[in-house]
Amino acid sequence: MNHINEDDLHAYADGLLPADRRAEVEAWLAAHPEDAARVQSWIAQNRALHAVFDEVLNEPLPLELVRAASRRQAKPVRWYRAAAALFVVAGVGFLGYGIGLRSAEAPALFATLPQAAAIAHVVYSPEQRHPVEVDAQHADHLVAWLSKRLGHELHAPDFKKQGFELLGGRLLPGETGPVAQFMYQDGLNRRITLYVRRDEAKQAETSFRHAREDGVEVFYWVDRGLGYALSGNVDQAEMGRLADAAYRQISP
Amino acid sequence: MSQAELIQHIPRLRRYARALARDAARADDLVQDTLERALAKLDLWRPDSDLRAWLFTLMHNLFVNQMRSPSNQPLCELDEANDVPVSGGQMEALVVRDIHAALAKLPPEQREVMLLVGLEQFAYADAARILGVPPGTVMSRLSRARERMRQMLEGQQVTKLQVVK
Repeated sequence: MNHINEDDLHAYADGLLPADRRAEVEAWLAAHPEDAARVQSWIAQNRALHAVFDEVLNEPLPLELVRAASRRQAKPVRWYRAAAALFVVAGVGFLGYGIGLRSAEAPALFATLPQAAAIAHVVYSPEQRHPVEVDAQHADHLVAWLSKRLGHELHAPDFKKQGFELLGGRLLPGETGPVAQFMYQDGLNRRITLYVRRDEAKQAETSFRHAREDGVEVFYWVDRGLGYALSGNVDQAEMGRLADAAYRQISP
Repeated sequence: MSQAELIQHIPRLRRYARALARDAARADDLVQDTLERALAKLDLWRPDSDLRAWLFTLMHNLFVNQMRSPSNQPLCELDEANDVPVSGGQMEALVVRDIHAALAKLPPEQREVMLLVGLEQFAYADAARILGVPPGTVMSRLSRARERMRQMLEGQQVTKLQVVK
């Protein structure tokens, strides 16, 4: 057996060793109970850190942070948290404005669809208490309300066969007007969102397209005056099947 | 770098900052400063490099500057645990408080290594680059931090047992 040093013990605790070295460390630990106790304690520390701090990952993102990441240039002004509630509507508007600035550079409105959808997904899907404005118990009202605001008949696709239930939806500001977002959740608490906005592009229909906005899988298409984008942190093949199901229901 | 890419990293920057700074408001200020710095220094970021590691490097530099500033000293002090979140997981509130207290007692440079490796799961070499120190320094800080945490956490258990007796 090669000599086991302190660094090996840490790498073992952090799960960073290749299998053969791992086995050597395990043999060492079996023969050296004091080292084994230390390593067990380090592993417990890692677990404790995750148990205490991982919940931060599930908190809704503060809008001032989303704004800070959306700004083209850093500004010295700090937006104080105390005022955040007052700026909720303005904040989402600013986000839309930020996307609007980008679209001035982009040739087509369609090109901005996956990114706008991914941002909306990232902002709202971690929300635990208020993921939606109108929940699925009032699905008829939800669809009627969003249809009225977009000025276009909408349908919320059904993903029950794929294991996702409708949670509800919300109205968002977009670069060219109101946007509807429908949110779904499966048994593993994974969430997907369908982002729908008016898109009076010259092309009557576009085929399915796929984009990856840093971890968020987005499938998007335009059909009869509406742009659709389905977003989720779900692997690409599964997202593809979900998007296909949505496409078949919306554009039969 | 797109807005969505940057926004994707906010949750993990917030987790690290929360563990580093302990106070949620200060932690989010640190994240906001990091994002603003990232946008201001966008020219310095190479698109083929790891965006997450670069953002953590920016945050480390800001954190170090804050620690040097006397007006920000309370950042590393242990104030009473009035806003400690209650974990929804298997950890008892007592252990949550112990972890917060033990982290706060670590010297900042040890706390950073402890969190980059144990919580954020960066490889040792990446942690060394983020902190701008040799890999050997990361290992020695990690070793000291973990042993100190072990003594603090196990020492508390011993104390509690004695109280029970």
